[in-house]
Parts: sequence; C-alpha cells; structure tokens
Amino acid sequence: MTEEQHDIRLRVNGIPHTARVPARRLLSDCLRHDLGLTGTHVGCEHGVCGACTVLVDGRPVRSCLMLAVSAAQHDDITTVEGLAAPDGTPHPAQQAFGECHALQCGFCTPGFLTLVAAYVRDNPAPDEEDAREAVTGNLCRCTGYQNIVNAVLRTAEITREQDGGAGVPHARPSAEHDGAAGDATAAAPRTEGGRP
Amino acid sequence: MSTRMFGAPVQRSEDARLVAGRGAFLDDLGAAACAAAFVRSPHARARIRDIDAADAVGVEGLIAVYTYEDLSGPMAEPLPLLIPHPSILDSRTPYALAREYVHHVGEAVAMVIAEDRYAAEDAAARIRVDYEVGEAVVGIDAAVAAERTVHEGMADNVAAHLVQEVGDARAAVDAAPNSLELDLDVERSAGTPLEGRGVYARWEPASSSTGSDDGRLRVYSSTQTATGVRAAVAAKLELALGQVEVVVPDVGGGFGVKIVHPWPEEVMVPWAARRLGREVKWTEDRREHFVAAAHERAQRQRVRVGFDDSGRMLGLDVDLLHDNGAYLPYGVIVPIVTSTQLLGPYKPGAYRVEFRSLYTSTVIVTPYRGAGRPQGVFAMERTMDAIADHLGLDRLQVRAANVIRPDEMPYDQGLLFQDGRPLIYDSGDYPRMLEMIAELVDWPGFAEYRDRAHREGRRVGIGVACYVEGTGPGPYEGGHVQVETSGKVRVATGLTSQGQGHGTVLAQIVADELDVPLSDVEVTTGDTRRMGYSVGTFASRGAVTSGSAVALAARRLKDKALRIAADALEADAGDLEFADGRIQVTGSPVHSIDLSTVAVLSNPLRYAFDSASAAATQFSGSADYDRPPVAEGEAPGLEGTDYHSPLRCTFANGAHAAIVETDPDTAEIRILRYCVVHDCGNLINPRIVEGQVQGGVAQGVAGALYERMAYDSDGQLLNASLMDFLMPYASEIPSVEIAHMQTPSPLNPLGVKGAGEAGVIPASAALAAAVEDAEGFRVDRMPISPSELFELRRRHAAGGVPSVPARPSPASAPSGAAADAPAPSSPPPAGAAPPEGPDPSEPPVPSAREPR
Ligand code: FES
Ligand code: FES
Repeated sequence: MTEEQHDIRLRVNGIPHTARVPARRLLSDCLRHDLGLTGTHVGCEHGVCGACTVLVDGRPVRSCLMLAVSAAQHDDITTVEGLAAPDGTPHPAQQAFGECHALQCGFCTPGFLTLVAAYVRDNPAPDEEDAREAVTGNLCRCTGYQNIVNAVLRTAEITREQDGGAGVPHARPSAEHDGAAGDATAAAPRTEGGRP
Repeated sequence: MSTRMFGAPVQRSEDARLVAGRGAFLDDLGAAACAAAFVRSPHARARIRDIDAADAVGVEGLIAVYTYEDLSGPMAEPLPLLIPHPSILDSRTPYALAREYVHHVGEAVAMVIAEDRYAAEDAAARIRVDYEVGEAVVGIDAAVAAERTVHEGMADNVAAHLVQEVGDARAAVDAAPNSLELDLDVERSAGTPLEGRGVYARWEPASSSTGSDDGRLRVYSSTQTATGVRAAVAAKLELALGQVEVVVPDVGGGFGVKIVHPWPEEVMVPWAARRLGREVKWTEDRREHFVAAAHERAQRQRVRVGFDDSGRMLGLDVDLLHDNGAYLPYGVIVPIVTSTQLLGPYKPGAYRVEFRSLYTSTVIVTPYRGAGRPQGVFAMERTMDAIADHLGLDRLQVRAANVIRPDEMPYDQGLLFQDGRPLIYDSGDYPRMLEMIAELVDWPGFAEYRDRAHREGRRVGIGVACYVEGTGPGPYEGGHVQVETSGKVRVATGLTSQGQGHGTVLAQIVADELDVPLSDVEVTTGDTRRMGYSVGTFASRGAVTSGSAVALAARRLKDKALRIAADALEADAGDLEFADGRIQVTGSPVHSIDLSTVAVLSNPLRYAFDSASAAATQFSGSADYDRPPVAEGEAPGLEGTDYHSPLRCTFANGAHAAIVETDPDTAEIRILRYCVVHDCGNLINPRIVEGQVQGGVAQGVAGALYERMAYDSDGQLLNASLMDFLMPYASEIPSVEIAHMQTPSPLNPLGVKGAGEAGVIPASAALAAAVEDAEGFRVDRMPISPSELFELRRRHAAGGVPSVPARPSPASAPSGAAADAPAPSSPPPAGAAPPEGPDPSEPPVPSAREPR
C-alpha cells in the first residue's frame, strides 16, 4: 500500500516551510514532527482540550482538527514559538503567564498562550468575567484556572503599558483578523452532562 | 546576607522555557525514532484463541509485530507486584502483552513497530485477534456477589482483606448512648493528566564505557519515578542496573497515575529498541489513557458510629469495599490510606476498620492525587454531619468536640500507615483550623445569608470538611549540590517533577543555605545519571524528602568549603561565615574568598582550560610539599551529597468550606464560594503552594460534580474521551479563597510538610455537605450531577431519602471565632490574604463568584 503524498507550503512564524505529507496528516503532527515545532502540544486529538491551538491567519484554531493540506491554503500560521518579538522579547501573554503562576506542568500552556494572544489583541480591556469566558474552551488539569484568568487580565495590562496607553491593541501575532477570534476554540464539541 | 528565599513567593525558574514553547516533553524527543502502537483488547473478559498479523504485512513502513509468544525469560513473567502486603490474598498483575487471557478493555495484546505512528496504527488495525468472549465483572456489587470471577483459578474476587482495630470498636458502638449507621458510595474518576504516558528508548552498542560487552539502554519515560523505572526495566530485560539510564523529561502532569511502573509499554518499548537496535517511541493517545492507564476512587463504605450527647465519638466501625480493577500492580496502598486517613483530625474512641479489595473487569486502580483520602474524608465528614444532625448540634461544634488538641501532639492513632510505620501525627493545631475556616467562610453569618436567599426564592447551603494528610513518606530521597568554578551551583535530586516547581523551591532552599543568588542555582530532577538513589514523586513528598535532602547536602558542602576557606584565609573555620557568594571572616568582608575560588581550590588540576582552572594547576600558588594535593580524607570538588530518611510521615491538615446554590427547577449546582484553610508546615514558596491548592481544588470539584467513569455491564468504558468525560473548564471551577497556617513539622530540618495533594482531598465531602444543606436531605453518594440531584429530590419527596433537620444557627464559631467575620460577599479577612501581601501584578481576587 502506498499512500499518495502532497507537497505543501506552510508559512509558520513568518518562515516558509515545505513538507511532503499524506492528505490525512494533521496540522498538529505536521508542525510537531515534520517541521520540528514541538511547542504545540497534543492532549486529546479530538478537538476538546485546546492544547494544540495555533493561530491560522491570526485566528485560534485547533491544529488537531485541521489537516496540513488544508492549512497550506492559508497565508500564515503562528505557533507558541512565534509569539515572542523577533528580538526575543516575550509576548505579553508569555510574560503574564510567568508572573501570575498560570502554568504548572506547562503542557496546556502553548494552547492558552496562542489563544490569549489573539483574544487580548481583539479585546484589549477585558474584565474578569470576560477573561474567564475567553479561556473557557481550553483545558488545564493543573492550575484550577484562576491564575490563568489573572494572566489574561495581566496580558491586557502589559499590552496597554507597552502601547503607552495609546489604546492601540498589541499587533502581534498577526495583523490579519476578523474580530471573531476565540469562536473557533469556544465551539469545542461537548456532550451535555447537565453542566451549569 | 542576601534576602531569605525560603518563604518568598518567587516566580518559577521553569517558566521562561515552558512559555517559549521550549519545553521538552516525551513526544517532543526522538524525532528519528520508529513508532510503537498497541493492539488492545476490545473485550473486558476473553480468551485469546489466535492472533493473525498476515493482513498487516503489506502496510508500508511496518517493521515488526510482537505478541506474548515473542517474549521469554522475565519478560514472559507477569509484571511485578510493586508493593507486597500481608493482606493480599491473591495478587494478579498483567503480562507485558496478554498471555492467553485479557481482563479489561484496553489491555495490550500485541505491539506493532513501524516507521511512523500512522503506519503503526494502520498495521495495528489490520491485526486480527480471535477472542473467545467471556462475561465481565463490573462494579462492586458484581465483584462481591462473585457469580463469576475476574480471574481464572480464583474462588471469589477478593484480592486483599485487612482488619485494623484499636480497642473494641463494635462493643463501644453498641454501648454508646447514641449510634448511627451510614451507607456511602464514591464513584470512579482518574487523574487524567493532559499529557498521557509515553516511553522512548534507545540501545547503545557496547564500548568500554558501558561496562560489559552488552550495550547500554537509555530510556526516557513520562513517569513519576526514574529510579523505579530503571530498576524495573533492568530486571525485566536482565540488564545490570549500570546498563540502564532513565531520564525523565518535562512531564505534562502526573497526579499519581505515572507513579505506576513498569507499565507494559514501559518494558515493551525498551525491549523492542534493544531487539531491533533502533530507537523506539510510544506516545499514549487519549483513548489509550482512559482504557489502559489507571483510575481511582470507587468505594462502598458502611460506617457505624457511637457517640455521647456532646457528639464525641466513642466508637467507630467502618467497612470498606474497594474496587481495585483487573490487576493489583500497586498493591493495596489506596484502601490502606482510606482506612487510616479516614480518622482525619479526630479521636474516634475505639476504631475498627475492615476492607476488602476486589477485582473487577476494569482498568486498574492505583493512587490518584489524594490516594484514598478523599473517600476516607467523605466517610468521616459525612459521619460528623450525621452526628450533628442527630443531636441537633452545630456541625462545626461537633467537629470541635472530636479534634485532637495541640497539647496532645505527637498523637498516636495506634494504626500502621501506608508506609508500614506508625500513624503518629507530628504536629498541628486543629481547633485553630476550625476557628479559621469559620472566620474565612463566615460560618456564623451564613444563617442570615440563607434567610435572605430564601426570601429571594434561592436555595443555598454551606458545608465543611476537614482532613489530615500523611505526607512526605520515606524511605528516603537524596540531594547532590555542587559549586562549579564559575560560582554556579548545580543541584540534583532523584525524584521527578510534573509541574510542582521543584526546580524553583529546591533552588530557594540551596540559595539560602549557601547564601548565593537564586539565579545561580540550577536544579536537575529525575535523571538517574545525576542521582541514582531515589524513590519517586508521590504522597506529597517532594518538598519534605528532596527539600530536606538538598538542604543537608548543601550543609555538607558548606563544611567542606569552610575547611578549604579556613586554609586559604588562614583563619579558624569557626570564625567564618557565608555571605553573598563568599566565605568571610565573620563580620569582616575584606577577609573573604569567593565560593567560586573555593571551588577552584577544591579540585587541584594538571591542565588549565580557562583562567579559573589555571589557578588550580600544579605550578600556580604556593604548594605545601608535606601534604598531597587533595588532603587526606577529602575528595576533589566542592560538592556535598546527603539523604533525608524521615522517621515517619509528616501530617499536614486543613479544612474546606463550600457555599453552593442549587437551582430549584433545574437542579443545577453552582459553587458560590470555596474557602480553604491549609497547613503544610513552613511554606517554602507560598505562590507555588497556592497553585497546588487551587489545582487540587479544581480536581476535587471535578470529582464531586462532573467526572466519573461510565462503565457498562460488559466492561466497556462509555466515556473514554474528553468529549464525554467532563473534565471541567474555567467556567466550572470557582476561585478559591485560601488562608494559611504554618505549624512546623519537627521531623525534618526545614519544618515542612507536603502540599501537593491537599486541595483535592476534602472537596467531595465539603460539596456533598453543602448540597445536602441546601436541599434538606441526606447526600451519601458522590459525584452528584444535576440529574442525580433531581432524582434525589423526587425520591426524597416520595419518602425514600431521609431529611436532614433544619440546622441550628450557631451563635458563634467553635471556641468563639471572630464575631466580625465577613458576609459571604465581602472581601476575605486579613488572615485569608496570601502571605506575600497584595501582589500589584495580580488583579484582586473577588471573594465570591457571584451568579452570572
Ligand atoms: S489536541 Fe487538539 S484539542 Fe486536544
Ligand atoms: S499547567 Fe498542566 S495542564 Fe495546564
């Protein structure tokens, strides 16, 4: 049995890559194993945990639910490795997660960071309830979430400080967005268990 | 002196790497390795008639298929019973690959190796296994009934049976003026770390460094014990210990499940790597983790208690039925912990506890964070509430009547604990703990809050639960501390990290001991090349055992440094002190020597590599020709190694209080406030401890309200995915208000107790009590979902569920807690503030998560 292979081009963190993949290759596997970008993690492979979240054209997407060949149709992918500024300065979300002790094992963290980066870009002044809502599509088994919620608020605060209070939302990781960021992750399929 | 690091809420040194995406988790390693996949049993009980791999042969990239037939020697024997115990009647452990029978869905039957995981799974899907399907035994009732047995050759399903008794409990209950009987039930859940298990192995051919003409094995595993995996793999593969190195990379959560070793996959992957001479890696997927790792919690409990009119227990008689799943590789630690830790902060009078540990045709049961304590606390705290209701007393008052007083410490409960040593509490102030939880949650003010809520047509309830947790068991951990000639300090301990921040807290301890900057200290955990003697990370033991060990190792290093510095400074060692990375004559910084220079002097050299080593070569400085370059009785290098082997466990304690609201129509349960009083002795890093508490509470809430393992009667796990197993998101988890107590342990040099598991332990008990209080009828089974609560209401209305009487409103908290405690919606009292004070970088945490 020989599987048909496709040559694809992906622009990841601003760098063009090529890969030869079968049609079924998940974007998460392609990033991790074909391109060696292992910062994107896989916690479930069925679209629930959000650990694999990356930004596709600026929008959070679960890379375990997207095929690499489909990702190649898009312009630009940002993974956790691409959040920091080119000079290595951490993204405000990366700084905030450390300051707020918003990670323990760190396995879920890349998915939260990409999500929060896009969220704060689009929502520069969230309140606590907004912040909680923003991260409610991703699972963390370690922290109990409170410090992650705090980190969302702190990300917004750092971003505002960096922008000098000019009210310009932080531009990284992508200038391209349609204001609907977050929807892609919030729509994780769940069975209803009578949750409040 | 630099600022003391012990006790400071410093930011973790681990984080910069992890937030940058530079973590190195198991599946991030071994890019060139071939992939393993396992064929797993779809049946809970079956005999394997035949395994046919013919169809798999055509799969491109297939390298090998292995079944039990390929195994020999120790590999063909069952995996070990890790913790033998006299109570075990018939110990059954799995084979690395199933031999003739399978005993639960998910058991590994064959292993496939291929060039990548896709090919390995393609091939695995084409392997045909012919099963003769038998009938499963699912649930405690079926296991007890023993109409059929899980295992061949057993007359029933009882794996172990143990009675422990202090005094004549049954007689005491019978003779008591009051007595009650409770039947309680706790369901299965699981730790479910976000990263599953994984193993990556490579075989290195023989050389003079491998010490034999056989090669050497390097194993990476996502485990909680490096040395355990090393010893287990060496035994299975018939290798000398020195031929096996185990390295534990970043681990994406453990919560107990990863202390089990060796897993079938953990011996099969190294075995295949050696056999093939290829690197082999297996990364568990989510479904595999549900059906092939481990679960916990399921227990049926019957409690009989006798008590006087003040609610003081006179006798406690407990019967436990514990579901241990299909095999018993980890022994009976969980039911032993339940049996002993059930007592919590209380004096039971006479006590008898009997457990039966039962085989069922389901995934194995091994410790999950809390390890039997949540069930024990559930039994005890439900009993406390029942006593209070029976006597019409306040629930905290009854607890206050039963707690051990500080002047009774150390307190001997007269039992043997899970480490085989006496259950003697080292320290704790339980009356104060009760006062503090009453203050924090405003226990006395709740009656008024309830009345107000009632007038608004809302149902609210409050519950409290206390625990005592044996932490930091032995036998030991080790520490190695070395000062390099750069002045950098390298620390190693053998146990592993899964997010607890050991790298930070151990560095804090060593930085203080040596008075060096925190940033100069680097910590290695879980690498048998750096520390070959270790036990592992479990039972909240990291800070106690490794923390103490690195402190002791640093002190050894200091002794040595003082000897060398005394020589160099021509001073008496007794007149020297450590200050800011130097050793100086006490109070006289001009007469000093840098620690880095002491490191240079400690290791006389022949060759120079840099300016530091040049200073240590043979022709530099003044030599004393009457002495050898390394003084007699000394060893080269500025380092120290030591071990901490605790006499017994340290006993941490705490109390949780929850306020819930239940929807009168939909029976939804919402947590309005969640308060924690927590005593883990001296705090090394309050920020990290609070993180542990918050994360523990989240798992506790999860286990109380959302998570369960839904097995059908055929032994199929119906919710083996994160879509169906309701691991809570941020929307389900309350913010947690924490107040610390710090009662030092006398049993270790740091006065610390463990903190890792505490948050999870009393959550089910506290939430059951709160729901019960809101609803006015007994809750004796957890977890509880809205549909179950709805059903309970129906049964209660029909007279099938006993009411609880209206609770008296306490005039004050036990022993006169502050009368000015806040209402539930006001900010927490000063005692509840994190000890580091308000952190300007963090937004204020509201005291209640009000309904949205
Ligand atoms: S791995 Fe993609 S959502 Fe869990
Ligand atoms: S930090 Fe471990 S899963 Fe979030």
